[in-house]
Amino acid sequence: MERLQGLKCRECGRSYPSSPVHVCEFCFGPLEVEYDYELIRQRVSRARIEAGPKSIWRYADLLPVELGADGEPVVGPAVGFTPLIRARNLADELGVKELWVKNDSVCHPTWSFKDRVVAVALGKAKEFGFDTVACASTGNLANSVAAHAAEGRLKSYIFIPADLEQGKVTATLVYNPTLVAVHGTYDEVNRLCSEVADKYRWAFVNINIRPYYAEGSKTYGYEIAEQLGWRAPAHVVVPCAGGSLITKIWKAFKELRLLGLIPESRTSMYAAQALGCGPIVTMIKNDTDVLVPVRPQTIAKSLAIGNPADGYYAYRVAKDSGGHGEHATDEEIIEGMQLLARTEGIFTETAGGVTVAAARKLIEAGRIPRDEPIVICITGNGLKTPDVLHERLSVDVTIRPLLSAFDQALADLKSKQGEK
Amino acid sequence: MARMRVRLTFPSELVQQPIIYRLVKDFDIVPNIRRADVRADHGWMVLELEAAEDGLERGVAWLKTQGVTVDPIERDVVLP
Repeated sequence: MERLQGLKCRECGRSYPSSPVHVCEFCFGPLEVEYDYELIRQRVSRARIEAGPKSIWRYADLLPVELGADGEPVVGPAVGFTPLIRARNLADELGVKELWVKNDSVCHPTWSFKDRVVAVALGKAKEFGFDTVACASTGNLANSVAAHAAEGRLKSYIFIPADLEQGKVTATLVYNPTLVAVHGTYDEVNRLCSEVADKYRWAFVNINIRPYYAEGSKTYGYEIAEQLGWRAPAHVVVPCAGGSLITKIWKAFKELRLLGLIPESRTSMYAAQALGCGPIVTMIKNDTDVLVPVRPQTIAKSLAIGNPADGYYAYRVAKDSGGHGEHATDEEIIEGMQLLARTEGIFTETAGGVTVAAARKLIEAGRIPRDEPIVICITGNGLKTPDVLHERLSVDVTIRPLLSAFDQALADLKSKQGEK
Repeated sequence: MARMRVRLTFPSELVQQPIIYRLVKDFDIVPNIRRADVRADHGWMVLELEAAEDGLERGVAWLKTQGVTVDPIERDVVLP
């Protein structure tokens, strides 16, 4: 793979050949994929991308994994190229001129943006010759790894905390992975998985394959730019858990500019986190590069990482891009989910509620101007975790199967709350 | 001998304490510090710890009782 130069430490800059490693042996800093952009520039063009498949693989020239001999992706052929929706109703509600929703709640096959990173990670795992993949997860990542492993004919081990809700367990078990439920605290499960990854020769997607896995998130940014007519938006609001996604969307825009695929422009990046687990946003608000770990206490489980590995880099992107960050309370998260649903017909998970709520607050505070293009990033589907809304929503009216009963109920409803 | 690569995060009240010294002295752990940032109100350290397995386990458990956050160097291994 000529365009892939290898891996480079983000801290000390040491180079490594492309291999399944993720940490610099000298300084223990994280490794990142390095490309030969001159070579890529000679090959890539808007026309070449537009002629590609309607999936993340239209950007294969910018990803660290090779397509198969038949030109088809090795794993995850239909991942990505999700809708970018002009959200006019939500724009009216928020009082802004141009608002877009990048909707990965309908990403194929497991309804979250994790499908992007996992497709790239498992493709790379196969390229490295692994026959077994693994991850430790409480939700979307587990679903995605299990699904892609099934499709890619890979064995998979999924580690979960033993007290995980049955609904989430089923949504992973159905793909027939080996599911390992671990008793213990989050820290104990975390440490065990790190040790397992060290001992067994498996492709642990967010450990030894992490540099490649993370690159899959760039496709979210490429798609935004292409779907906007080959331009980067002025403002992007991104939910943050580990902090990788915001850095990779930022990187995607930088790469597209470097390659001459979009014009020079400034994009401000905004981090959205729950108040009960918002260490990155706290850094941004306090203007400090020191990340203070927290114990997550939020309904936004899909963003609940108390000591995010890419927290510092996420903070830097928000600062360097002229963006900012905002927290959302649990109450605001629910309101955000409901707001997106009732204005745009999109049912997002709590992470999306965080993003909508944070965007609203950033706009109201004047951090995001009302007259410039804004993209908000919706990264997961609400149907996976509807429980958070159960206490908030109820049937409007229950009637006997008679037209007269309905007529009466309708009249009562109209007089009570106005026509819906 | 057992080895462990960890990231230690120190709250402000521990910044002035000789935590690493105690690891060496009380648990016979050999620390090999690769990167660190210690300030008046906060500190973190990325290092490799080497010791007999029992000493390593007891040392890490002691760190936690002192209020030090101990993570694998990858930090967020369990992801949502």
